[in-house]
Amino acid sequence: MWERDIAFWVIALAMMAAALGVVRSRNVVHAALFLVVVLAGAAAIYILLVAEFVAWVQVLIYIGAVVILFLFGIMLTRAPMGTEEGKLDNDQRWAAGVVALFVLGVLIALLVDAFGGTDIKFTNALVEQGRTRTVSNSLFRDFLVPFEVVSMLLLAALVGAVVLARRD
Amino acid sequence: MFALDIGWGTTLAIKTIVILMIIPAGALILGYVFLLKVMSHMQSRLGPMDPGGFHGWYQLIGDGIKFLQKEDVMPTKADKRVFAAAPAVVVLSTFLVFAVIPMGPDLVVKDLDIGVFYALAVSSLSVIGVLMAGWASANKFALLGALRAAAQLIAYELPLLLAVVGVVIQAGSMSLQDIVLQQQNGEIFGWDFIGNPFILTQFIGFGLFLVASQAELTQTPFDMPVAESELVAGYMVEYTGFRFLFFFIGEFGTAFGFSALAATLFLGGWSIPGVDGDWANILGPGVLFAKLMIVAFLMFWVRFTYPRLREDQLQALAWKFLIPIGLINILLTGVFKVAF
Repeated sequence: MWERDIAFWVIALAMMAAALGVVRSRNVVHAALFLVVVLAGAAAIYILLVAEFVAWVQVLIYIGAVVILFLFGIMLTRAPMGTEEGKLDNDQRWAAGVVALFVLGVLIALLVDAFGGTDIKFTNALVEQGRTRTVSNSLFRDFLVPFEVVSMLLLAALVGAVVLARRD
Repeated sequence: MFALDIGWGTTLAIKTIVILMIIPAGALILGYVFLLKVMSHMQSRLGPMDPGGFHGWYQLIGDGIKFLQKEDVMPTKADKRVFAAAPAVVVLSTFLVFAVIPMGPDLVVKDLDIGVFYALAVSSLSVIGVLMAGWASANKFALLGALRAAAQLIAYELPLLLAVVGVVIQAGSMSLQDIVLQQQNGEIFGWDFIGNPFILTQFIGFGLFLVASQAELTQTPFDMPVAESELVAGYMVEYTGFRFLFFFIGEFGTAFGFSALAATLFLGGWSIPGVDGDWANILGPGVLFAKLMIVAFLMFWVRFTYPRLREDQLQALAWKFLIPIGLINILLTGVFKVAF
């Protein structure tokens, strides 16, 4: 299993470096581009956990749509073009650092408490669980009602957005 | 079945090299056949038919040499790293699409369980390259072109996905290899000579796929992002020489990829009646190539014939026309799937 460990550490370190880039870069477009690397790393980790479907949904939705809408919105409104320096510093590094450390501590404590002793075994059953067929069966058979409720919620949000954006 | 005993590392290297070669080769073939020859015939352009005597065969080589010797200009105010990385992102997304397209029973880089979905997911990454290019150029026209491209690509990704869903429902699988086999082994009312290419039942999906991929490729009539009369060349306006060539290869390589995808989903991919086993592996790439050239001909025919749409017409076409049709197609496919 050492190949998986090495792959995990490579991906995790790249994600951490990119995540630091997101908060440290003074240019909001650069921050969004660093975010692409972070999200791609998350997709790669899903693949390591043989959750192929979730991984490519992550790519399609987050990188292919959400980040693009971020970039679209930034560029339409306040993107500094080219080499102009943006003003993205509000001088609250210490407060931000404290909050970040606190969240890190809480997450580590929670995750170690919940999954500390769990050893993921890459058996055929796990691979089968990651297959699209299994995912769709559980989505449309066992969890059909929650799925429909969520889609109604999204529809309501969509209609709300249209109502808010209409001029007349 | 002839078996060669080679390790997975070597296999992976061979597959990667083959795909790395398919993209520029496919882009050049489409560029040569359609952009230079078919368009010259359709629009009576004499220039590209002249150099080198027979049908101007020398034109593409001349163009290539011209691109390679041009100076690599980068605007002073450009964001250097983003500017340089943008063409690579576009080509990378094209490269990743080819990983799941099967060219024979065993000729596929990796037959993913979610093949079609993967192909559409990675093809959506090219938008990021386009936005990077437009923004990093520090040029108003480039930025406007990139914004138009992003709005257009997001709008037309939906009909593209919806068009594919019909095929996925009918085949009962998202793996492209399974979809090809379903078409090869299918039968039409008990008559199984030509299998059952999904274009017969999914003709609405096929039409949707062609229109939506035309928009995804930003080809006329959907070429507002690069509209030369309004935006010079849109997001590509500051790119010269080799970097421009990258965008060109990305554009035509993606056209090659989408044609191959359409041929696989709707026309039966590598399979032709009466051929299987080793012969399917040998003839498969040629058959797929012939089918994708037919699809590409349709795409480029439209490109050379129609004038450009207006931005609001483009959005209205996607949201008010294509998406409802796609949903109806899914509904009908579902009903027929359950009924038969």
